[in-house]
Amino acid sequence: MVEQQARGYWVILSSFLLAYVLAIVPLTGLAAWLRPEWLALVLIYWAIALPYRVGLATAMLAGLGMDVLEGAVIGQNMLALALVVLLSRLLYQRLRVFSIGQQALTVFFLAGVHQLVCQWIQTVEGAGARSLWFMLPAITSAVFWPLVLVTLRRARRHFEVY
Amino acid sequence: MGLVALVVVGLLVADLRYSQLGTARAFLDTLLIPVHTVADIPAAIGRWQERHLRSRSSLMEDNDHLSRENLVLKGRLQQMASLQANNARLRALLNSSALLRDDVLVAEVIGVAPDPVRHQLLLDKGGSDDVYAGQPLIDADGLMGQVIEVSEFTSRVLLITDATHSVPVQVNRNGVRAVAEGTGSLDLLEVHHVAATTDIAEGDLLVTSGLGQRFPIGYPVATVTRVERDPGQAFARIEARPAAALDRARHVLLVFARGDVAEVNAEAGAGG
Repeated sequence: MVEQQARGYWVILSSFLLAYVLAIVPLTGLAAWLRPEWLALVLIYWAIALPYRVGLATAMLAGLGMDVLEGAVIGQNMLALALVVLLSRLLYQRLRVFSIGQQALTVFFLAGVHQLVCQWIQTVEGAGARSLWFMLPAITSAVFWPLVLVTLRRARRHFEVY
Repeated sequence: MGLVALVVVGLLVADLRYSQLGTARAFLDTLLIPVHTVADIPAAIGRWQERHLRSRSSLMEDNDHLSRENLVLKGRLQQMASLQANNARLRALLNSSALLRDDVLVAEVIGVAPDPVRHQLLLDKGGSDDVYAGQPLIDADGLMGQVIEVSEFTSRVLLITDATHSVPVQVNRNGVRAVAEGTGSLDLLEVHHVAATTDIAEGDLLVTSGLGQRFPIGYPVATVTRVERDPGQAFARIEARPAAALDRARHVLLVFARGDVAEVNAEAGAGG
């Protein structure tokens, strides 16, 4: 177990870096509102697949990077992602046996929690949204979940990350 | 878990209330520049195509257009020289020091905030080019915003339309002062707390007033697009459209106000 744990850090790390890039690629108009929460998706996957390796500490670090990239208040994404990881770890045994549709529904719920927490903190900051459009990423995150799941699962098996 | 909550809330408060994390943020920003660079690749390819794969005729057309524009601008500049001399003489008569022209630094936009409610830009100039927090940013048409965070090679700019930004303005026509606040929508500023009887009308140009001692005086900010006077309300509802091309500008100008902004503005106010 101890030997196995050392495997494939770089796979996890590069999946997070890719999520960062996708999260800040400039989009305009409606596409910007629809952008899925890539980082949350990747984090949920690893939290379900490797709950003994990816947990709160990872979520906090990833969130810190996202806060800086986004220009958000430091702690906003940290808090939201920590909550998402906490919930996914509570649910991971059930999530593993869910069908993809049920999983997507759960992801919709988790991404919604993420968006709400971010929105609360932005409102405290004075940059709150004026409409409910900020919830759209919850829907698109659920739609993109199967893609993330299949891609990361393949990467995990191919590079034998355990 | 309790510890996690404590740390996060501590960071939130430290950043939000006391702005204590500037240095750490700037350091992390520098560390994460590669992510920005990679995210910029699609746009970079677009720029490369624009530069290398253009037809001769479109280039010639561009060239013609620019020469014409250049001729017109140069023509206007001829008068500018004599007007400036005139202005300096008159100001000397009024015993106030001459207004100096501000220095500018051209910067390139290398990133935009991914969240559509957050209006921030990332520029390719930072502390190593003497950019400072609070520095005003303009484009060819008007005021864009101000620098809020400087790291070694990049800086982050808050646009005037961000919901957390306000800029002191005055109506160019009659000098009525007001504050233009961002709304989170890229083509809309709102002017709050202007009495319903104030002389302000559609089409009025709002320029920076220099009050608040952050922005130099006289840069165009927005044009008033709607004035609604409801007899039941104490204040008029005023909307304005920003003059600068906030969502299109690729190259922008960082303004170095000569000397103390407050002093120069006070002089300008006293003279005008």
